[in-house]
Amino acid sequence: LSFFCLGPGAGQDVGRSCILVSIAGKNVMLDCGMHMGYNDDRRFPDFSYITQNGRLTDFLDCVIISHFHLDHCGALPYFSEMVGYDGPIYMTHPTKAICPILLEDYRKITVDKKGETNFFTSQMIKDCMKKVVAVHLHQTVQVDEELEIKAYYAGHVLGAAMFQIKVGCESVVYTGDYNMTPDRHLGAAWIDKCRPDLLISESTYATTIRDSKRCRERDFLKKVHETVERGGKVLIPVFALGRAQELCILLETFWERMNLKAPIYFSTGLTEKANHYYKLFITWTNQKIRKTFVQRNMFEFKHIKAFDRAFADNPGPMVVFATPGMLHAGQSLQIFRKWAGNEKNMVIMPGYCVQGTVGHKILSGQRKLEMEGRQILEVKMQVEYMSFSAHADAKGIMQLIRQAEPRNVLLVHGEAKKMEFLKQKIEQEFHVSCYMPANGETTTIFTNPSIPVDISLGLLKRETAIGLLPDVKKPKLMHGTLIMKDNSFRLVSPEQALKELGLAEHQLRFTCRVHIQDPRKEHETVLRVYNHLKGVLKDYSVQHLPDGSITVESILIQATAHSEDQGTKVLLVSWTYQDEELGSYLTALLKKGLPQSTS
Amino acid sequence: MAAHLKKRVYEEFTKVVQQQHEDLSAKKLRLTKPSKSAALHVDLCKATSPADALQYLLQFARKPVEVESVEGVVRILLEHYYKENDASVRLKIASLLGLLSKTAGFSPDCIMDDAINTLQNEKSHQVLAQLLDTLLVIGTKLTENPSVRMRLVEVACKHLTDSSHGVRNKCLQLIGCLGPVDKGVAKEVESQAAKDVQKIIGDHFNDQDPRVRTAAIKAMLQLHERGLKLQQAIYSQACKLLADDYEQVRSAAVQLIWVLSQLYPESIVPIPSSNEEIRLVDDAFGKICHMVSDGSWVVRVQAAKLLGSMQQVSSHFLEQTLDKKLMSDLRRKRTAHERAKELYSSGEFSSGRKWGDDAPKEEIDTGAVNLIESGACGAFVHGLEDEMYEVRIAAVEALCMLAQSSPSFAEKCLDFLVDMFNDEIEEVRLQSIHTMRKISNNITLREDQLDTVLAVLEDSSRDIREALHELLCCTNVSTKEGIHLALVELLKNLTKYPTDRESIWKCLKFLGSRHPTLVLPLVPELLSTHPFFDTPEPDMDDPAYIAVLVLIFNAAKSCPTMPALFSDHTFRHYAYLRDSLSHLVPPLRLPGRKLVSSPVSPSITPHEDPSQQFLHQSLERVYNLQHLDPQGIQELLEFTIRDLQRLGELQSELAGMADFTATYLQCQLLLIKALQEKLWNVAAPLYLKQNALASAAAKQILEETYKMEFMYSGVESRQVVIIHHMRLQAKALQLIVTARTTRGVEPLFGMCEKFLQEVDCFQRCFISELPHMQGSFVDKLLDLMPRLVTSKPLEVVKILQTTLRQSTFLHLPLPEQLHRATANIIEPTGESDNPLRFTSGLVVALDVDATLEHVQDPQGTVKVQVLYPDGQAQLIHPKPADFRNPGPGRHRLITQVYLSHTAWTEPCQIEVRLLLAYSSNRSKASAKIPKSTWSESLEAFPQSENGIEGTIPFSKPVKVYIMPKPARR
Repeated sequence: LSFFCLGPGAGQDVGRSCILVSIAGKNVMLDCGMHMGYNDDRRFPDFSYITQNGRLTDFLDCVIISHFHLDHCGALPYFSEMVGYDGPIYMTHPTKAICPILLEDYRKITVDKKGETNFFTSQMIKDCMKKVVAVHLHQTVQVDEELEIKAYYAGHVLGAAMFQIKVGCESVVYTGDYNMTPDRHLGAAWIDKCRPDLLISESTYATTIRDSKRCRERDFLKKVHETVERGGKVLIPVFALGRAQELCILLETFWERMNLKAPIYFSTGLTEKANHYYKLFITWTNQKIRKTFVQRNMFEFKHIKAFDRAFADNPGPMVVFATPGMLHAGQSLQIFRKWAGNEKNMVIMPGYCVQGTVGHKILSGQRKLEMEGRQILEVKMQVEYMSFSAHADAKGIMQLIRQAEPRNVLLVHGEAKKMEFLKQKIEQEFHVSCYMPANGETTTIFTNPSIPVDISLGLLKRETAIGLLPDVKKPKLMHGTLIMKDNSFRLVSPEQALKELGLAEHQLRFTCRVHIQDPRKEHETVLRVYNHLKGVLKDYSVQHLPDGSITVESILIQATAHSEDQGTKVLLVSWTYQDEELGSYLTALLKKGLPQSTS
Repeated sequence: MAAHLKKRVYEEFTKVVQQQHEDLSAKKLRLTKPSKSAALHVDLCKATSPADALQYLLQFARKPVEVESVEGVVRILLEHYYKENDASVRLKIASLLGLLSKTAGFSPDCIMDDAINTLQNEKSHQVLAQLLDTLLVIGTKLTENPSVRMRLVEVACKHLTDSSHGVRNKCLQLIGCLGPVDKGVAKEVESQAAKDVQKIIGDHFNDQDPRVRTAAIKAMLQLHERGLKLQQAIYSQACKLLADDYEQVRSAAVQLIWVLSQLYPESIVPIPSSNEEIRLVDDAFGKICHMVSDGSWVVRVQAAKLLGSMQQVSSHFLEQTLDKKLMSDLRRKRTAHERAKELYSSGEFSSGRKWGDDAPKEEIDTGAVNLIESGACGAFVHGLEDEMYEVRIAAVEALCMLAQSSPSFAEKCLDFLVDMFNDEIEEVRLQSIHTMRKISNNITLREDQLDTVLAVLEDSSRDIREALHELLCCTNVSTKEGIHLALVELLKNLTKYPTDRESIWKCLKFLGSRHPTLVLPLVPELLSTHPFFDTPEPDMDDPAYIAVLVLIFNAAKSCPTMPALFSDHTFRHYAYLRDSLSHLVPPLRLPGRKLVSSPVSPSITPHEDPSQQFLHQSLERVYNLQHLDPQGIQELLEFTIRDLQRLGELQSELAGMADFTATYLQCQLLLIKALQEKLWNVAAPLYLKQNALASAAAKQILEETYKMEFMYSGVESRQVVIIHHMRLQAKALQLIVTARTTRGVEPLFGMCEKFLQEVDCFQRCFISELPHMQGSFVDKLLDLMPRLVTSKPLEVVKILQTTLRQSTFLHLPLPEQLHRATANIIEPTGESDNPLRFTSGLVVALDVDATLEHVQDPQGTVKVQVLYPDGQAQLIHPKPADFRNPGPGRHRLITQVYLSHTAWTEPCQIEVRLLLAYSSNRSKASAKIPKSTWSESLEAFPQSENGIEGTIPFSKPVKVYIMPKPARR
């Protein structure tokens, strides 16, 4: 029995996540992401890997999407509608709600703005979403008779989940992206001691141990506060979902606590829509928001209002969240150009910026930017960088492994060099084998599955009643008949087995002759043997029958004189198959001879 | 069997009848109820089905059973138990047996044998478990009897092999509660059963059922609590349990490890997989730290809490808890804390402007990095960042406790505590501020830390701000910039929240007096004086200006060079403030100024021995004058009282003590005066005027004694006796006066009886103190008691009069600490001329803000009284949540009082004051009345008749101007 993990997209790479797991004959696809860096066919996973000919639906048992980021779900409509897949797709409720918005947005940008053809349509997104089955946290979903999946909380973004996939007693846990430290709006990932055979973990920050989140938050708030007090404007370029909400909550509570009056705006559109879902899925957020939402839903912002283009020219301090995050286009860039000239203002980059974007340029210290139309923009405003990332760091990954206690670990979604380090650490600390397949590489892991067997209660009780109380540490020996029939295993008592199979009972007896040198009469020998056995076998019932034979439990011992040599007595020991253990012990005992001193 | 039952029933009945006879003879009427057991028996016999029987039993359980009939009821229940086939009914009976044996005053040893017998034939596991529970109840009632305990433990051991977890659970519980603690005694009783209980329990640490494992650990802890010294061998077993799959087991195991680490802190344990050895307490500390990152938050809370109480841990282990090696791409990275520190020491202040400022520096040796912390590494870092605020609070508390005992650790944890000021949950923030205050003796804040601390001053929560002011009162600041920063932030706070005025001034007072040398260079800037030009005189009513002056004057107290920097108007302002805000502005020795003539306050002198001596001397003097002439006694007492009162005013530390003694002496003086009146011997009608004096004296003494008993904290039982004694004397006086004035004897009967009852009560309550009271009124009275009881009222009065005169004056021993409860209403101030207008018939909310000092249990005792001009008084009980506890012995009441009245023609003043409610039932003297545990007994205990409830006003009344307008039609 084996698993194999095939990375059509994401092995030792951050980009498209798409993993194929085959577990005990069931094939499951984990995530269906796209690569943001490419604009051609390479952006989607190559699904021809999965099956050369034949339909995907026949081959795959289900698809699981861990969260709504496009590198985890971007290729879904392409996969289900254009390549063709009709089986179930599983995701959590928030993911199901937010995913289509993002896909639609993505489609709009590629098709409407860049004018690409041969891309999925809005209708395809809708059709694709119809195939989605939503799951709750900790709900065990039976995909078919054997395959079951269960979602665990993963932090990271709203609705992110880790999935346990189980067939029989073999199981895999796929973490997706997760976060082991709680933030302002989400809790920490949590899993029980499910001891899976394989844990597939992301490893974005395989070589990083992060500082406490509080320092970063404090710094952020202090900078914003100072600028606002000075009368400056703060621009925070963000992506619509995820960090934006965390920062909103952070600023909102700070404003509330400190009684600040300066307005905060966020760009309308996507963020507004997404906030609506954050309001709805309160149960997926952290302790504070969950506890206080009865009084007030934290996502019903009091201080944060929707942004209008005209506000950018308003005098006085303000804070604006604008999309996109890397300052490469759109509203954030517009505002940036307006405000860049004033040294009282500030721009805070809350995340990573790709090379070539304005964001990257200003972060690397460039003060004069060349804009389109040969304009030169002088940046006088302050530029700050704050990392708010929601992936587990090396310690977090180790902590999750400690919680779940897997037998094998497989690292994906990270850079090869970094993963190498973590792999070595995992093997050293936990003594479990760790894998890190490259893209398109298949890893096979062998397991020792335990096979469940049904046993009738009567038999179980009867067998446990014999001997000592059950002990966790020691395996217990049981007697019964194993019936393998119709793909199921049953342990039943022999009588019942005979009855079921319609067989007559046969008795198997072992008989053994033991020669003993004893010159005395037969009955005296018998008596000596009897005394000897009685002395040795204290716990068993040893009886001397009137016809000159001895019984030990059900074992019969008879003594006769040897036909040739009167000094030698032949002991006939006979036992049934069930008493094999005792019988062989007895013969061995008697073969040693009788003790000399017989009183 | 039936015959036997019937007999029982009859016995019950006859018993009742007999009681009635007794009652009759005593000429008292009492209602008797038909016997419980009889009724129950009838009911149970009527029951046709198990469900019916169950209903009857349930109904029966709701009513209490008298002690006398418990045994009968138990017998009847047992009869039914044996007859019953249905397990659920047997279960209920078993649980009833347990409940019944809890009845106060009932000794269950008579039913123990029966209870044990029932165990023999029981098949149902649930019933077995319930029966064992019953045995546990019986056992806990008979703890003094070792043989009973041994027997029960044996029974429990026998059932330990049961296959049901519930039964094993109960058995372990029973062993834990009753197992022999003292081995020596156990061996004498019975050697066989004296098997090592620890071993028996320890065997079940590996039970297959997690509930049983938990019960085993709990039983072990129970044994520890009962005083058994646990063996060290358990330690390794317990360590294994830390990796259990179930959270209850882990949680209990953490406790067990903690207990063991406290028992054997110094013993050495080996580190597995290496040859090294470490102290057990360090090892345990490391293990518990590990549990701070457990999967279950219950365990995390437990672990974080316990960490705080592990004081013996070596310091390098302790410091590891705050250590978390940061890295980025395999390169060592400095934490933000380290960076801040470096920036600070290099003289540069705050930046972070460059990207890559936090860029990682040196390469890390990949082999040396330990990702999953093996020891205590970073436990607190994780705990403080936890998802659940319960864990965070526990971690902050633990930090506090550890930092209090280790100054170096305190210094290290500072950064983390400061970070917690930004937590999203207010309770956590508040807790960390309090923690910081508690450890503030050990620390000095760096400027950047101070900056973060001060940022919280803008918090909109009043509690947070006030806690922060408290913190600033006792912080050490290292630089003058720090002081300046603090002042600026506090002033900002003042403009934003003007209501914080008092608290900010107070804060600046301490800040100034703690850092005189740091304030000195700031003075010219703060007072905005200029070397050449005269600057305009600031507005004297500006709270911000007052705040600055408070800071400067307090610093000037111990810095004599400072006044030279003051300008003329500063001196004038000083004189004004010294008068108006004397609690904030200290007396200063100003050169060439006559205005400030007040001497250096005695409170500066560190040792207050002279004044303490004075107190004791004056008391000695009073006690020695038994035989002076009456006039002399009176005069001396008057002088002493005057002295003491003055002392109390001068010396705030001794105020409580001085007031207390003065009050006592005052009582004595009143008593003597009342008795000295010569008119006692004159015929009754003539001394009406005299009566007025004596009875007024009696009344006043009574009042004063209540004040003495309830208004002072720190009063011990020795003082309580004397106070009660004084009260008794006052009551005697009252009786005598009444006897003199009233005609006829009838009313005296009742009074005499009551008085004698009180004497009796006094004797019962203070029997242990009586030997110290030789020659006193009570002592003499008790000698005469037999005579008093039999004699007529008039005689009693006569005897009382003579004893009262002859009795000696009791010494009042002083307790170490005595504080008078005081209250000060801050809000409303009573200065406003604008009446509070509201429509009559509706309510208006009046904010009341008061500080209370030395009030015990303010939630229960402090009331707000509102007096309306028409004499109507309203008593308001503030909610328990309205009381905050900012420091030991201090409370703050912030509440709203709702006022309402019918329309007035013009505005008028109402009075608001605080009252201290007392009732003599709560008195420290009265013995605790055992509460019945048997179901929810609705029969309330009769209020003891002499329970006097009353209130003492203990704050100055404040006048509030209000105006209820007639409603407009």
